[in-house]
Amino acid sequence: MSEWPLWEVFIRARRGLSHQHVGSLHAPDAAMAVRNARDVYTRRGEGVSIWVVPSGQITASSPDEKDAFFDPAADKVYRHPTFYEVPAEAKHL
Amino acid sequence: MAPTDQRTDDREAAFYAIVDSDGRIEPRDDMPEAYRRSLVRQIAQHAHSEIIGMQPEGNWISRAPSLRRKAILLAKVQDEAGHGLYLYAAAETLGVSRDELLELLHTRKQKYSSIFNYPTLTWADVGAIGWLVDGAAITNQVPLTRCSYGPYARAMVRICKEESFHQRQGFESLLTLTRGTPAQKAMAQDALDRWWYPSLAMFGPPDTGEQVSGGHTEQSMRWGIKRFSNDELRQRFVDMTVPQSEVLGLTVPDPDLRWNDERGHYDFTQPDYDELFRVIKGDGPCNEQRLRHRVAAQEDGAWVREAAAAYASKRKQAAA
Repeated sequence: MSEWPLWEVFIRARRGLSHQHVGSLHAPDAAMAVRNARDVYTRRGEGVSIWVVPSGQITASSPDEKDAFFDPAADKVYRHPTFYEVPAEAKHL
Repeated sequence: MAPTDQRTDDREAAFYAIVDSDGRIEPRDDMPEAYRRSLVRQIAQHAHSEIIGMQPEGNWISRAPSLRRKAILLAKVQDEAGHGLYLYAAAETLGVSRDELLELLHTRKQKYSSIFNYPTLTWADVGAIGWLVDGAAITNQVPLTRCSYGPYARAMVRICKEESFHQRQGFESLLTLTRGTPAQKAMAQDALDRWWYPSLAMFGPPDTGEQVSGGHTEQSMRWGIKRFSNDELRQRFVDMTVPQSEVLGLTVPDPDLRWNDERGHYDFTQPDYDELFRVIKGDGPCNEQRLRHRVAAQEDGAWVREAAAAYASKRKQAAA
């Protein structure tokens, strides 16, 4: 048996929101993947737009390097607005 | 200690740090092999139950008493297929293939819920399945929305949302029967009589008191997969369902069922666990029929899958 390729499914819940990953499915091609995604993931009006992406086409960061990869942001607290103290009378900052 | 052991220990410690702080394990994280295997077994069994579960109700689609009931039943059976799909996809994130899992189902190396080996003899059985079987499933599944494996937990969130439609339509269908003719009410009572104990058995064998270390419960709890014992969930189901049976005007077939003020729970008769194990082992009324039908559906659908694959590859070549 040879399985159909795996697709990742992304759905825009409504206009104004970005597409979000909802799950995956198998389909022979992109058009069928979109149709299957409609039947599997939007049976109750969960979306207004669907993206499908072949799972093999996704490049992901490695969980093994998670700490080293994301650490550089950890000690840069000055990137957050709350790092700065300003007098109370200075409004709209 | 050899360096490799040290590394294994660190990885285990990282895994338990996430699980113990109620975090979620994601597909590419390190996880103990036994955890992975246990999840594959549980999620696959759950997925198999969803798609085998389409059969007892599918049996009544062509004979539903009205167009309204038929449309509802079609939607429900379609949901079960969707639930199976969410779960197979969750299992696949653990490094097993869909074909492999279906093969294990077809060759009886993996199980599905024993409840689907009972027949649906009357229309009232469809209502009873929605109310009791889906009710028991919800009781089991709501805690799984917080289980430690991310893809499984997310699948369960979607499933639980949809199951509540299943349970309510079943209850409403039975309510219509109990408010109908005496024959219709008798049919509803007969369905409750036959489905009550198999529904209680859905929670699995007792796992508190002396049996605590018997099955998978203790280890699953350590891993954050299971949050309550089978007995706790069974009690919760009984406490929830008995008052509902009173609204229906039906009698739960248990002469020893009574409210226990001291415990704050209903006392009830346990299901026949010997029967449960017999049915799990393959000796239920419909085991043969369910599997035969599943394998036939898979084989009869082969030409559709082949045609779709051939069409996709032809289009790809034309585009190249």
